[in-house]
Amino acid sequence: MAAAAIAVRDVWKFFGDYPALRQIDFDVVPGSCVALLGRNGAGKTTLLRILAGFSKPGRGEVRIGGGQPRDPAARRTVGVLGHGISVYEELSALENLILFGRLYELPDPRRSAMEWLERTGLDRVRDGLVREFSRGMRQRLAVARAFLHNPSVLLFDEPFTALDDRAIAVLQSVLNDALRRGCTIIMSTHQLREALELASHVTLLNRGHLGYTGERTAEMLSDPGYLYARYGEA
Amino acid sequence: MRKTVITVMAVLGIALLLRNLHVILLELPDDAAQGPIYRIMFFHIPSWFTAGIALSLSLAASVMYLIKKDLRWDGMAVATTEVAVAFLTIGLVTGSIWGRVAWGIWWTWDARLTSAFVCWLLYVGYLVLRTAIDEPTQRARISAVLQIFAFADLPIVWYSIEWFRTQHPAPVLRGAGSIEGPMKAAVYANWPALMLIGAVFVMLRLRQESVKREIDSLRRTVHAL
Amino acid sequence: MRYFRHTYTILAKDLRAELRTKEALNASFSFALTILLLMSFAFDPTEEMTREFSGGLLWLVFAFAGVLILNRAFARELPNDCLDALLATPVPPSALFLGKALANMVLLLAVEAVCFPVFGIFYNIRWARQFWPLLLVVVLGTWGFTVVGTMFSALTVNIRLREVMLPLLLYTTMIPGLISAMQLTVHLIAGEPLSGALVWLRFLIGFDVIFTSLALALTETVLVG
Repeated sequence: MAAAAIAVRDVWKFFGDYPALRQIDFDVVPGSCVALLGRNGAGKTTLLRILAGFSKPGRGEVRIGGGQPRDPAARRTVGVLGHGISVYEELSALENLILFGRLYELPDPRRSAMEWLERTGLDRVRDGLVREFSRGMRQRLAVARAFLHNPSVLLFDEPFTALDDRAIAVLQSVLNDALRRGCTIIMSTHQLREALELASHVTLLNRGHLGYTGERTAEMLSDPGYLYARYGEA
Repeated sequence: MRKTVITVMAVLGIALLLRNLHVILLELPDDAAQGPIYRIMFFHIPSWFTAGIALSLSLAASVMYLIKKDLRWDGMAVATTEVAVAFLTIGLVTGSIWGRVAWGIWWTWDARLTSAFVCWLLYVGYLVLRTAIDEPTQRARISAVLQIFAFADLPIVWYSIEWFRTQHPAPVLRGAGSIEGPMKAAVYANWPALMLIGAVFVMLRLRQESVKREIDSLRRTVHAL
Repeated sequence: MRYFRHTYTILAKDLRAELRTKEALNASFSFALTILLLMSFAFDPTEEMTREFSGGLLWLVFAFAGVLILNRAFARELPNDCLDALLATPVPPSALFLGKALANMVLLLAVEAVCFPVFGIFYNIRWARQFWPLLLVVVLGTWGFTVVGTMFSALTVNIRLREVMLPLLLYTTMIPGLISAMQLTVHLIAGEPLSGALVWLRFLIGFDVIFTSLALALTETVLVG
């Protein structure tokens, strides 16, 4: 069996004495697309932040590609798209992407930046400062930043929230492309229907507990409410 | 069990303190040069010792927290720092009173007083920082790092100010102007008394921190419902 | 080598962002000049005695104006969650810290370069007498201030009352560094050679080394919880 792209072993996360995550234990198969579901406050963002290397678990461990999440090797393979667009207002679109290209140690940051600006339809405004961009343009730039270094593992925290249709189209096209290339994706979202269509696997969190983790079944696809009814909390 | 320990220590501490007060106020003679005010030294000096020990303990607790991530170490860090600040305050105030009576000035910028004041400011800063962070795990981590910086600063502060000014009376326990016999004994006798009282406060504070964590945890549980 | 390339990338990014808006830089310049003016009223520069301790005043100006720049160090990463994006890259957090500290150093030196002539005019200082040693002292003193300030900027980035906490913690911790820098500056402005104040120079270097090491070692602990 292929090594897990991401292995989560008995992870707990505490805020004070309160366990926001308890005994989270699952593997993510390489090439799968995992829909990370759960109500608000279930711990999706907390878990994603641990996988992304922004915080450390209180107990247990996480391995990305067999290594620690904060190893540079793991960092290079992971792309993160969170709530914030994570680009600098005072820099231009091109400058932002070249910056991240350098930080991700790409061989030719400028070329990668130009490619992704074209891909996200921002090449004509590449020298414009981000603070002058419209919301949709910023979101597309955020997508470009997340995919710039061709990550093989993608972590998305509610990526479709508040995107305009152009940005959604770009994101879906890039996502599908990534799936075709065999990337591993973990995506937390409230858009059940879209998520379940894309997903090959599902992980459900109930107030910090693991409610369900495994393949996406036919029942889930035909009736999205089924998942919460069967595995959700009472 | 814990309650018994606290009670025993408190009783011992107070008993020792009362016994010392008796010795200090009634049995020892006035100092030839300074008159009765010198007796404040029996609180002034042990206060510094106790503060010093408390600060070392709080550094150790902070480092242990960063290693073990157990919030009880964080509780220990804040409890010992608070007690240290209390004793630092006592030291500063008693020193100030003594100075006023013995030399006519409330304050002087000599090496020891200034270092002590800076030390007080550093650790008050630590306590203020803690009030600005709501989330307990983040608070523990950030304040532990600050504690390391503060402690690293102490020797540097001490030596820099030592070079900068000198007006404090020569060290009383060693060197010129030292005291002998029953007076020296009284200084050392008061030290365990203050330590015991300090330890009692630390333990009470630890209990308080533990309850606070429980309440915070319950609040988060309720919000999650 | 890769480490220093990352440091340089961060340094360049911070400087470019700051130079484009010049918000902190302008505020710092204006503040510095205002303080210089106020100080020349409070401490009359025509008095011979004032000129003697003017070196100390200069560092106060740098300290107050510098905080406006240091506060921005990590605070500039907060809008749009940029700090997360930086932590997601392969860049080691200590390289992130070093890049930011160097960028702040450049900005602070720029402000100081403006303060010097103005101060020299107000206080009638002749800089030329010990120019190179003075430059060394300014660089060493500013580096100490920058390192501690950038570190505390990281420490306070996610907490309430950030703008208040940073100066509170920074000034107390900086006291030994500031004392050394002030002593050396006063000494050099009076035309004395550096060899006469070597103890303070050793002090300042020691301060810089200790706090730079601590900061580099603890950045990851502070930023990744």
